[in-house]
Amino acid sequence: MGETPHRSADAGTGGIRVASSGQQRPAGASARVAESPVSTRTPGGDGLGGGGGLPRARAFGAERAFRGLTLAAGTAVLVIIAAIAVFLIAKAVPALGANTENFWTYEGWSPNDTAPKFGIGTLAFGTVLSSALALLIAVPVALGIALYLSHYAPRRLGTALGFLIDLLAAVPSVVFGLWGRDIFVNPVRDFSAWLNQYFGWIPIFGGDGPFGKSIMLGSLVLAIMVLPIITSLSREVFLQTPTANEEAALALGATRWEMIRTAVLPYGRPGIIAAVMLGLGRALGETIALAMTLGITFGISFNLIENGGNTIAANIANAFGEANDTGRGALIASGLVLFTITLIVNITARAIIYRRREFTESAA
Amino acid sequence: MAKRIDASNVTAYYGAFKAIEDINLTVEPKTVTALIGPSGCGKSTFLRSINRMHEVLPGARVEGDLTIDGQNIYDRDVDVTAVRRMIGMVFQRPNPFPTMSIFENVVAGLRLNGLRKKSILDEAAERALRSANLWDEVKDRLGKPGAGLSGGQQQRLCIARTIAVEPQVVLMDEPCSALDPISTLAIEDLMFQLKDKFTIIIVTHNMQQAARVSDRTAFFSIEKTGDPGRLIEYDNTQKIFSNPSQKKTEDYITGRFG
Repeated sequence: MGETPHRSADAGTGGIRVASSGQQRPAGASARVAESPVSTRTPGGDGLGGGGGLPRARAFGAERAFRGLTLAAGTAVLVIIAAIAVFLIAKAVPALGANTENFWTYEGWSPNDTAPKFGIGTLAFGTVLSSALALLIAVPVALGIALYLSHYAPRRLGTALGFLIDLLAAVPSVVFGLWGRDIFVNPVRDFSAWLNQYFGWIPIFGGDGPFGKSIMLGSLVLAIMVLPIITSLSREVFLQTPTANEEAALALGATRWEMIRTAVLPYGRPGIIAAVMLGLGRALGETIALAMTLGITFGISFNLIENGGNTIAANIANAFGEANDTGRGALIASGLVLFTITLIVNITARAIIYRRREFTESAA
Repeated sequence: MAKRIDASNVTAYYGAFKAIEDINLTVEPKTVTALIGPSGCGKSTFLRSINRMHEVLPGARVEGDLTIDGQNIYDRDVDVTAVRRMIGMVFQRPNPFPTMSIFENVVAGLRLNGLRKKSILDEAAERALRSANLWDEVKDRLGKPGAGLSGGQQQRLCIARTIAVEPQVVLMDEPCSALDPISTLAIEDLMFQLKDKFTIIIVTHNMQQAARVSDRTAFFSIEKTGDPGRLIEYDNTQKIFSNPSQKKTEDYITGRFG
């Protein structure tokens, strides 16, 4: 019942307003004007007269209905999250019980055998590695594009390019997957071979091949997919930088890049973090494009160019068709792990934004 | 520290629109000059063309010559950033950098100049804040956000940020229009102190303020909306407010404008 005083406070202000309009009545012509907006709110009209009492707060009205509606919407989020968690756990537990190997450390995925064996380690590793790599490639490029569009490009060109970038976000991931698997794989294979020849002494570029359908291909395709999200969100944030702050920097003798560093980037920091996290969310959950471009092997390896790699989501897409009951339970357990990873990522992002709250709030 | 400004035939455009035309005036070092006139008469545009901030807006350009101690700041080979370092600016609304602390705000300009050494920055920040009459109020919370100060304090913080880079000229674009009378008084007092070191040019809508703080006053006006603003009269402040030589000036300062 913490909301009761709040509601009565509303009623109080409403009452004062009515009373003051009542006092204005003797002013003649203004009386009609003063009354009409009031009477649309309280059709009964009692208490509107010069000496009458205040109108009573209504027991039920649009105000309360709207409050109820928003409360229901807010609650729905919690209910849905709880329902997902319950579903995942209920399905996963029996399969985890049937597992004859350690779920965390076993490198392999054969849950359909009579003695089910499956481990999440390789998949979780592949998921995190490919996403991290994708962000490493996409974020600098995306921020560069966003800054160019918001602060360097002529306005018309900026708008047109921004539209194209948004269009890139609308390409279905299966199309990216097909393109990556059949076309993009060729230059990546050549580049991998070149890397292997000259930089093979670095473990991540080592190995004897075959190259191509590797973590590198998957990450590059992922990077292209998250690029438009990060770009268009950061562009919006950069455009919102107050002109007053940009001019303050310029008036201190900043070059354009110095102005961006002094005024634009710090102001946009929480927005950039949010954009990157959204991109990471997409990368972590991306399924079909990775199922098509990765080599699908089970084994933890930092090698980026050899055929191989797998992620939780890609594995679910690939293995769900042939899975039996335990197999499905095992896949759902892996989904639960993915859910947890995403949750941790989001909480971390929140924490980063929260830490600088004092500064970002006064910015708003 | 302070320099003389000569404007000759300064004309400024926003795209095809001519905002001011053929402004000629000379500002002596270590004086306060007030620019007054009705809204839209181009006084802010002229102020912004003195430190080349006018051209920041898309499509805006300036013609004519503006010299600081004999050097034309609109010469082709002049570095714009050097001009702006020499001629600082305080804006109408206080605009401290919202993500920076009070200290970082004050030293922002010095950082842009490449100063990194903590002891030098500390010293410069204290000097600038003292000059801006803000030191006593903020010395215990230099690490707190600059945007958390009151409006008047924020404006003095912006003045501290401007004078920290030790410019020759300080331009103020209606610096008190967003402030209450007490904060306004604090800023006006500050202007008296600052004119020992800097040449100050202030745009103001408040004629009492112009009369209180300035040595010389320039009155700008326009014929009608859409016409470029022109300089009508430029003289000692006392003369402008007691015995102006132009009828238009008299009409404006006595409130019979329009």
